[in-house]
Order: sequence, then C-alpha cells, then structure tokens
Amino acid sequence: MSAMWAASPSELLMRAATKAAGRQRSVVRRRFTLIIGLVMLAIAIAAAVLAPLLVSQSPTAIDVLHPLSPPLTSGHLLGTDQYGRDLLARILYAGRIDLAIAFGATSVTLVGGTMIGLVAGYVGGKVDSFLMRLVDLFFAFPFLVLIIAIIAMLGPSTFNLFIAIWITSWVSYARIMRAQTVVAKKQQYVLAARALGYSPVRVMFRHILPNTASTVIIFSMVDAVGNIILAASLGFLGLGVQPPTPEWGSMISDGQNYILTSWWLATLPGLAVVFVGVAFSLIGDGLADVLRAGDR
Amino acid sequence: MSALGTPLLTVRDLHTYLATVQGVVRAVDGVSFTVHEAEVLGIVGESGCGKTVTCRTIMGLMPARSVHTEGEVIYHPRGEGSLLGASEDVMRTVRGAHLAMIFQDPMTALNPVLNIGDQLIEAVRAHDRCSAAEARTRAISLLDRVGIPAASRRMRDYPFQFSGGMLQRALIAIALASSPRLLLADEPTTSLDVIIQDQILCLLLELQRDTGMSMILVSHDLAVISEMCDKIIVMYAGQVVEEGTAADVISAPRHPYTHALLEALPQAEQRGQLRNISGSPPSLINVPGGCRFAPRCQFATPECLNWETTLVAAGERDHAARCWRHQEIAEGQEAWQRSDSASA
Repeated sequence: MSAMWAASPSELLMRAATKAAGRQRSVVRRRFTLIIGLVMLAIAIAAAVLAPLLVSQSPTAIDVLHPLSPPLTSGHLLGTDQYGRDLLARILYAGRIDLAIAFGATSVTLVGGTMIGLVAGYVGGKVDSFLMRLVDLFFAFPFLVLIIAIIAMLGPSTFNLFIAIWITSWVSYARIMRAQTVVAKKQQYVLAARALGYSPVRVMFRHILPNTASTVIIFSMVDAVGNIILAASLGFLGLGVQPPTPEWGSMISDGQNYILTSWWLATLPGLAVVFVGVAFSLIGDGLADVLRAGDR
Repeated sequence: MSALGTPLLTVRDLHTYLATVQGVVRAVDGVSFTVHEAEVLGIVGESGCGKTVTCRTIMGLMPARSVHTEGEVIYHPRGEGSLLGASEDVMRTVRGAHLAMIFQDPMTALNPVLNIGDQLIEAVRAHDRCSAAEARTRAISLLDRVGIPAASRRMRDYPFQFSGGMLQRALIAIALASSPRLLLADEPTTSLDVIIQDQILCLLLELQRDTGMSMILVSHDLAVISEMCDKIIVMYAGQVVEEGTAADVISAPRHPYTHALLEALPQAEQRGQLRNISGSPPSLINVPGGCRFAPRCQFATPECLNWETTLVAAGERDHAARCWRHQEIAEGQEAWQRSDSASA
C-alpha cells in the first residue's frame, strides 16, 4: 500500500513510457517473422543454386540396381526413387525450377498487374471500364482450367508455364491496385500534388504508388506460394515441367504410386514445397507488419 | 489598396453543378468576382456554401466526369481565354506556377511516405529545370522563410514528425515554390488552434506583402477575414450574397446573412447565450425559389420567398448585396446600433 503511494503519478507515467520505449527499440522482435522468412528463403535459394556443390550425383542419373532405397542409405542421404535416381539431388535441382517460377512468374505479374491497376484507377472512365471488364472476364473462368487451356494450346514446357501464369495472374494485382488507387486518388495529398501542376505520370508513380504498393507486395508473397503450388499441380498433371527434369510437383505425382511402400518419394518433395511456402508466407506477414508500421 | 490594381483573375458567372445519385447539386450557382494584383480577397460563408468548390473549380481540380461547369475563369496574364475550357495540359502549366492552392487539413495534404525535403525539392523543380543542388538550396531557404527552425535538418523529416502548424508552414513553402501570382488558401487554419492560426495567418499576409502576389482566403471565420482581406465576398448556398471592401461589409452589412454572421461573432465582454442563426443552409439539390436565405432570415417577408433575388448595388465603392430590402437592413442596423449604444 505504502509502496503504491511512494510512486507519484508522474513517476508511474515515466515507468510506463520507458517500458514502451523498450518495446519500440526491439525492432528486431517486431521484424522477427520477416527475418525468419528471409532466412528460410535464403536457405532454399542457396540450396538450389549450390546444388552441384552439395550433391555429387546427377539428378537424372538412373541406377536400375538400387531403386527405391530408403533414406539414410549409404551414398543416398534421402534415398532413391523408382529409377534409382538420388532423391536429394532431384529435390535440390527441382528447387531451381520451382523458385524460378516463384520469382519469374510472380515478379512479372506483380509489375504488370500493378501498372494496369494504377492506370485504370487513376485515369478512370472508359479506360478503367475496359480494363476492369477484361479482369472480370479472366475471373469468370476457373483459374486452373484457363491455365490448362493455355498450356494445352502452347504445348507443355517450362517457358509456356511462365507464359500461362503471366497471362492469367496479373488480374488479381490489377484489381487490388485499382481499388487502392481509387481510394488514394481522393486523398488530399494527391489533390495537392495535382494543384502543383504535376503530370499524371508523376502523380501516379511518385505519389500514389509508394502509398499503395504495400498491399500488392504483400499479396505477391502469397501469390508466389500459389505459383509454386500451381507449378506443382501442373507438374502433377504432366502439363508443367517435362521429365526427366526434376520438379517438385511431378516428383510428388510420380511418388504417389509408391506412397504405401516407399513414402519418401512423395513426402520429401512435398516437404520442400511446404518449406518454401512457409518462407514466403512469413515474408508476406513480416512485410505487412513492417510496411504498415511505416505507413503512419 | 483595393480595386486600384490591374485585374489578375476574373471569375464571371461561375456555375459548378455536381451530379450525384440524389440529384444535381448546385454547389456554385453564378459566382462572379475579380481579384486584382496584390489584393487579398476573402470568401466567407458557413460549411457547404460552395467556397471550396469555387476554389477547386478555378484550379480545374473538380472531377470532369461528374461535374458540369459553366461561366468564365480568366487569368489575365495568360490572355482573355477562360481556364474552364482549357485542356489538362494547359492547366498543368497554370497550376503551381501561376495559381497555387493550400488545403484545409495540413495533416493529409502531404505525401506520408516522402520526406518534407523531397516534396519541397520536387515542387521547386516542377516548373523550373534547375539542378538538384540548387533546388535543395532553394528548398531550404523556403523552409526557413516560412519559419521552420533548423530548416536544413528538418528536410529529412517525414510529415508525421511535424506538428500541424509546421505542416501547414511546409505546405505554404511548397505552394510558394514556383512563385505563384495567386494563392488560393482554402481554410488554411481551420484544423489548427488559435495561437497557431494567428501565426499562420500573419505568415501568409507577410509573404503576400513581400512577394506582391494576390491571395484568395477562404474561411468560415468572419473575424479572420475582416482582419486579413482588402475585399470580402459573403457566400450563401452557392451564391454571392454580399460583396464589398472589408471595411464596408463589416461596418455596414447590407445583407441579413452578413448581419447575422456578424451578430454571431462572440464578444469578449458579452456573457450568456451566444447568438446563432437558426436553421441550416438549404439543400443544394432542391434549391428553393426566391431568396435562398429567406427561410432563416429575421427580416423576411412573404415576398422574399417568391421573388428571385439579384446582386444589387448598395452603398458606395462597389458594395453590393443580394437583398431587395438592403436599404432597410442598413438603416435597421444603424437604428440597432444606436439603441445598443444608448442602452450601454
């Protein structure tokens, strides 16, 4: 009781403020999620890039004498598949293709969709109507069916997979960005920028874009995971990357026939997908925290 | 000072109609005025009477799609063509360099993700292709000029690190970056406390005198307007109801609305209930016929509700009021003032 009286209100306030300042200082803690995600992604990228240094076996070298060896067999840390190919080598080399899809496909749709949404939202009128009806058209089709149709037309290959994703995936970005731009356009700082005689391009890219980009960037992290899973799904259907090139989705697909006898064939590439997926999700969450905190 | 210089901006019979779901809002309905060189024009009126829309229409900032404008906005240094019909490209060369505007709420009028220095440098270079270093020097001197201490250090600060008063100072610096001939100040002090309000208004007046630019000061505060301006326009429901020199309008109001606004000003020596104007302005969608102020007017007669009103000359020096009984109002005021001083 006496201790409570001993602390004057201003002292109590100071104590609370010091505590709050301590929380502020631990920027690292606030960015914990982001850092973990980036580290995981860095590990995945390093493993894929440095694959030739990490494993001596070729991912496509067939060894018919040792098929379906379980993990921890000598010479094959993660075992071999039905053709005796080293599973670790296949998973690491597959990472090159899957990560390329995550970055290559996503970055193009991110940039393209953002530009289209920005222009539609800022210019408005007929341009906006046209672009947004186009977006509606894409949304009207089941996404996977559309991708499959495009790949069926172009023929299955890694590059055609990119093209199919580029054609179909920008629409989400465009729609998000358009909504953000329409809101930002009515903000006073945009009106003030226009009142200073700035050109529409300047207003759009220097004043609206930095204020609205966080949403699409965060979405792109989710989308990157989606694209890996999409590539995996298409690989599973045989429409993605063609054998014998290793790819996580096709590896899971091939492994399913052996799931009861040799579980590692499908499970281990699946875990690789999960690892990269979690990495991107953490980065997305972490970026959301950091970017929104900076919005104040 | 007033009405002697050469005209800088003439607004003639300006109409701004906004298309909304509820109907057509006649936000500005036949407004005319002239701003001369080095003159401060005050526009006063309560919320929603068309002050802001008038400013934005002059700047060409109303969305073209849902807004219909008519009339003429002539910026004399650029010839006798109206700015209303001008293309967006032409307007861009006028905005910032010739006409600048500062906004009501300084908290939201700066880009939150760019620092003050970058925004100021951008404004300096928008209409003058100078080197980055020169722009920076000019930006610092502008920031210094509007009274921000340690200007070169504060250039790196972001808007959220500035207080409201400092943000408005920074916005004034940005508006003045290209040395505009006319500054439209749209309620520049509404969101600031009275001490800061006074500082900002003094700063604006000082800058106006130093640079010789003209200014349109919009406010709902008649006290502010009467101190700052050479000429006053009183707006009500999208129309000008009274215009004249500041001295004439304040000392001898000819329109009942101006009269009521003056009576509503709080007096330091006066205790008790503040006077107010009963009712609220009419909806600008279904504007009543006759005098728009009649429903709230203490002098209104049945005729007022039916007779279309026009701005008529009343008194001297271009003093005009939109009231057919302006003579009686003026006389009534004199009588009222006499009785007031007699009772005191």
